[in-house]
Amino acid sequence: QVALLDIDICGPSIPKMMGLEGEQVHQSGSGWSPVYVEENLGVMSVGFLLSSPDDAVIWRGPKKNGLIKQFLRDVDWGVIDYLIIDTPPGTSDEHLSIVQYLGAAHIDGVVIITTPQEVSLQDVRKEINFCHKVKLPIIGVVENMSGFVCPKCKNESQIFPPTTGGAEKMCQNLNVSLLGKVPLDPQIGRSCDKGQSFFSEAPESPATSSYRNIIQRIQEYCDQRHLQEEKII
Amino acid sequence: ALIKQFVADVAWGDLDFLIVDTPPGTSDEHISTVEALRPYKPLGAILVTTPQAVSVGDVRRELTFCKKTGLRVLGIVENMSGFVCPHCSECTNIFSKGGGEELAKHAGVPFLGCVPLDPQLSQSLEEGRDFIQEFPKSTAFPALTRIAQHILDGTSQPSS
Repeated sequence: QVALLDIDICGPSIPKMMGLEGEQVHQSGSGWSPVYVEENLGVMSVGFLLSSPDDAVIWRGPKKNGLIKQFLRDVDWGVIDYLIIDTPPGTSDEHLSIVQYLGAAHIDGVVIITTPQEVSLQDVRKEINFCHKVKLPIIGVVENMSGFVCPKCKNESQIFPPTTGGAEKMCQNLNVSLLGKVPLDPQIGRSCDKGQSFFSEAPESPATSSYRNIIQRIQEYCDQRHLQEEKII
Repeated sequence: ALIKQFVADVAWGDLDFLIVDTPPGTSDEHISTVEALRPYKPLGAILVTTPQAVSVGDVRRELTFCKKTGLRVLGIVENMSGFVCPHCSECTNIFSKGGGEELAKHAGVPFLGCVPLDPQLSQSLEEGRDFIQEFPKSTAFPALTRIAQHILDGTSQPSS
């Protein structure tokens, strides 16, 4: 049972990616109902609260934080195995507030996404630093847009060249896990735009096996953590 | 507060253009920048999207921000628009195609042009080098020149 919470308040992309554009949130006695993709995948996003795709959420930090608090307090997720929170890039209001509000819930950890480029890694190093400062465990880093294989001639191109060694080198230097690398595949973008599962659209893609390996490593990490917690209790 | 300081306290000297690079979104940075620049009558905003619907979806909201804050929209750029394989010249639309142009049409704002994915552009950015000097023959070069020209043409006209 998985819950997906989109806290990119200004650019909520999750509804479209999940094929839920245009859905609305229903309120009941037990709180706000998530919008379900499948029985075992519920989603919440500010996108469901906006009536038009042109509506802008022009809010400063404190108002964004207020909505994030409501999402955590008022959404009736039911009994879940995983709560996944999608944040915008950065180390600002959304990140600080989610860490603060979930303090007592013991966040299992963070997955940080980067491209191979140094300009991206520079941002990610700050994000890793943020995690250390707020004592947030890091599950690992994923290198996205990692190489492109031409569908015609099958040659590989590094569209985003890892000029400083990519995520691999950074992870070695900072002693965090590299969970995996996801190659560029036009089908990924298409699936997101159509709101379809990439796994069902392109099961044979090298990106699919990359994703599956990354997911497995995250699950193993979480299972390990729970075992350790049980031992302590 | 930092943004206000950057605008008011930095000794820029005499300028022809001040370009402000913001993160994506419609939040503090954007509100503060518009407020800080208002006394200087900003020429307008350039919005950059990829061709994909998820990106266009965010930029639609950013267009509304511009409307609501009275910021003129100089135009939309469609970035990461196609990749030409250096080995066989096949063009692949890794992030789809046309979304930026459609959005500009739908919103009634100028479409400034498409920038293709170009490893030489990425390389220059990584090394902090002048792309225009280093790679004038690459695929992104004519695209960027055309966009720059559009912007210059657009800003030399009086705004409404």
